[in-house]
Amino acid sequence: MNLNKILKNALLVALACLALSACAKKVSTGQMQGDVYTGTDTVEYLASGVPDRVFFATNESILTTKARETLRKQAAWLRKNSKINIVVEGHADERGTREYNLALGERRANAAKDYLMTYGISADRISVISYGKERPVDSGSNPLSWSKNRRSVTVKAN
Amino acid sequence: MFFRYLIILFFLIPLNSFALIEVDITRGNLSPLPIAVSPLSLDKESKQNLEKILKKDDIGSEISIVVENNLRKSGLFNPLNKDSFLQKPDIAHLKPRFEDWALIKAQALITGKVTFVDEKLRVEFRLWDVLAAKEMMALAFTTVPSNWRRVGHIITDKIYKRLTGEKGYFDTRIIYVAEEGPKTKRIKKLGIMDQDGFNTKYLTLGNELVLTPRFNPTNQMVTYLSYFRNLPRVYLLDIETGIQEVVGDFPGMTFAPRFSPDGKKIIMSFAKDGNSDIYTMDLENRIVERITNHPSIDTSPSYSPDGKYICFNSDRSGYQQIYIMKSDGSNVKRISFGKGLYGTPVWSPRGDLIAFTKLHKGKFYIGVMRTNGKGERLLTENFYQEAPSWSPNGRVLIFYRETKTDEKGEGFSAKLWSIDLTGYNERLVETETDASDPSWSSLLSN
Repeated sequence: MNLNKILKNALLVALACLALSACAKKVSTGQMQGDVYTGTDTVEYLASGVPDRVFFATNESILTTKARETLRKQAAWLRKNSKINIVVEGHADERGTREYNLALGERRANAAKDYLMTYGISADRISVISYGKERPVDSGSNPLSWSKNRRSVTVKAN
Repeated sequence: MFFRYLIILFFLIPLNSFALIEVDITRGNLSPLPIAVSPLSLDKESKQNLEKILKKDDIGSEISIVVENNLRKSGLFNPLNKDSFLQKPDIAHLKPRFEDWALIKAQALITGKVTFVDEKLRVEFRLWDVLAAKEMMALAFTTVPSNWRRVGHIITDKIYKRLTGEKGYFDTRIIYVAEEGPKTKRIKKLGIMDQDGFNTKYLTLGNELVLTPRFNPTNQMVTYLSYFRNLPRVYLLDIETGIQEVVGDFPGMTFAPRFSPDGKKIIMSFAKDGNSDIYTMDLENRIVERITNHPSIDTSPSYSPDGKYICFNSDRSGYQQIYIMKSDGSNVKRISFGKGLYGTPVWSPRGDLIAFTKLHKGKFYIGVMRTNGKGERLLTENFYQEAPSWSPNGRVLIFYRETKTDEKGEGFSAKLWSIDLTGYNERLVETETDASDPSWSSLLSN
């Protein structure tokens, strides 16, 4: 083994350590995938096993796989409880201008509404409201807090 | 309630008047002009009368303090310590001993006199060039005594104009959102105050969330977003009567309202089915016009001062950027091409610049660019700040800044700040409560 190779191996080991520790760091928070919140800290339930909210990536209104799964549960529950109407609240994190965030919250709420509609919930049972960044659930100024605040929340209206 | 009392203005016969001292406001002023603001003299009888009415024991001195603070905060002037003044106010106003004022390094001197005549407050003042030993300006005002702070602001505007050649911005008000309570349950009210933070009044009670107020060109009306009955809609408020009404009949959220420069229309965004576009409504005939029609978010509109163009932000490119278009919505053109996101464009009252908020690499900036997007200049960087609003002379921007919270999520605050177009003279604008979404009025007088 020449010196070069030893150095190279050492470097590889060092890199692996770095990668591991980076992973360990991510796992230790364990509540984000990309920058989408995957934890349950703030989540409330419309009924047993039916989470009330879904989370979004920064500046995005695309529904993640997990979000779609949650919304299908909501749709199933709404189909069973046909007298219940809902309000879908759209929210943004604090890292955007106020007015743009109002529009973004509206976009997120509508993304959730549209998905519920494709699962058979009639539009007249769903109203939407955007709060932009006005109603954070987590007052922290860090990526995890922001990820909890980028959400749409389904609330019973009656 | 604010505009009931006229201020009557007289020109005193100037003793001698041509421009001698000049203050350059186009550059950051690193050596502000030393100026002596003598307390305004007050005769014994007027003093007693005014003391009864205003509960201030020396209103002459109080008015001079208003002027002095305005001048200091402008960053262009350095008002000298009154303890060093050698000449008495009444004598200085008649005939300053220029050697005495030169001795304390004053280059300009303001003197004045307050009297109480026919239940009115009469204030006269003179501006003197100390080195040239000449009078530069002399004016007098008559108004109701309760208007005394405004007199101080108008005097400052006159002095600012005489020495810089440009209109001032001191006899103005700020409308803003007053904030209280924890970050997750903020209570917000519309607040209005003089430009220097005095005479604060609240126009709503805090029962519903209110955001983004803007004055109309005559400063008598305010348009803003209210969540009254949990329906976010644009409202119009008459400041004097307190009467409010919803603007238009939209089947969804309307937001980001501003007046057109002629005050006849409100321009705003309307959000429907996840798409926000820009609309106008004529306040006289109620006709609604759709200005943009694009599946992206189009919001934060702002008219050019001549009303011919509109700037706004849109994420049609994928990210929030600044665009301009003709006021009928044609000729949409992107103007921001720098790195990062750009929002809240505001057309300068002088027409040549657009102020904006920029987000780049986790930092927020307030900046300006020319209306073709060239010449971008970032004035200030912070953890979070946005929503600049121009002083009526286009020399100062007011905006709000929010603090980062600690590990426990505590320590949140929102405050108003101002900065000169030069990038110098950044200042906290003091408010009774936390504050955001400031909007500067036009000049109330002249």
